[in-house]
Amino acid sequence: MTWAWTLLAGAAFLFAAVHGRGAAAAAALTEGARSAVELALGMLGTVMFWSGLMEVMDRAGVSDALGKLLRPALERLFPSCREDGELRRDLSCNVTANMLGLGNAATPAGIRAAVRLRRHAGGDTASDELCRLAVLNTASVQLLPVTAAALRAGLGAENPFDILPGVWVTSLVSVSVGLLAERLLEGRRG
Amino acid sequence: MAELAALLPVLLPCAAALAGLLRRVDVFAALTDGARRGLELTGRILPSLAVLLPCVAMLRASGALSALENLLAPAAEALGIPRETVALMLIRPLSGSGALAVGGQIMASCGVDSPAGRTAAVMLGSTETTFYVLSVYFGAAGIRKSRHAAAAALCADLAGFLTAAWWVRNFG
Repeated sequence: MTWAWTLLAGAAFLFAAVHGRGAAAAAALTEGARSAVELALGMLGTVMFWSGLMEVMDRAGVSDALGKLLRPALERLFPSCREDGELRRDLSCNVTANMLGLGNAATPAGIRAAVRLRRHAGGDTASDELCRLAVLNTASVQLLPVTAAALRAGLGAENPFDILPGVWVTSLVSVSVGLLAERLLEGRRG
Repeated sequence: MAELAALLPVLLPCAAALAGLLRRVDVFAALTDGARRGLELTGRILPSLAVLLPCVAMLRASGALSALENLLAPAAEALGIPRETVALMLIRPLSGSGALAVGGQIMASCGVDSPAGRTAAVMLGSTETTFYVLSVYFGAAGIRKSRHAAAAALCADLAGFLTAAWWVRNFG
């Protein structure tokens, strides 16, 4: 991030100098810093409310129900979890926490699953199953995109959550394409 | 479809509370615990936003962002992607708070309910910070050779960007 930030700041300076837009860029700098706080404050209420609701759903057993629903799909994607109950629990927890947007719960479970998958495969090369786990976690499968909706709410959108159908379809397509790409690339390298 | 989507955020709190009651969960405590986590989460991203957004705003004001958009617009527009979202697609796999800063900037300057603003929101909501996630998982598991993981994950991102633009173009 250090390099990226330096590069971006350098590019802004260069363009401002060449185009004679120094004053405009300087004004944008203070304006940007102010709008960062506005953006975060605008999002804050929505994020807090929905995080609270997701916590209720988690404690009410929605995660467990989702896990049961997803079990056949998980066993297809990760054959090793048929014999390894611990791995299945971690995988299931990782995926359902991601779906509910509980990042704090998803990451530790996902890492435990990754460590177990590595132990099954051995060595420091990613197995096909590990690549699949990575794809499941890099392609977001959130049921309620709280951050995006909160950002919309903070900026005064008419109906912040009306992007839901679009987000669902897009997530589904992106995860499917990711898993398909994983399958197609399996034999080519490694 | 739109009416149904509008009703969902109203139905969910009620359904979740009832489900919690049935399972004898202390619903109010769970709500406030979750809300506290939301507060911490937003507090954690504010410092990155505060140093990234001025940078993005300067890039916009200096003309650097428009230059980048002009460069990539022909390709993006041929694929039906709004030109304003080009920068968002570039930063999305690399930095979560950077993507939030760029996405917020797009929504604020193009209008939060404009096609570009809505496309940006769908893109943000349906993708992840790919390289960060890869480094966390493979780093923790001690994987050095990631094989085709990054390529497959980037395919998923690209498919997500295209679908987001396609959906907003056709269904709003």
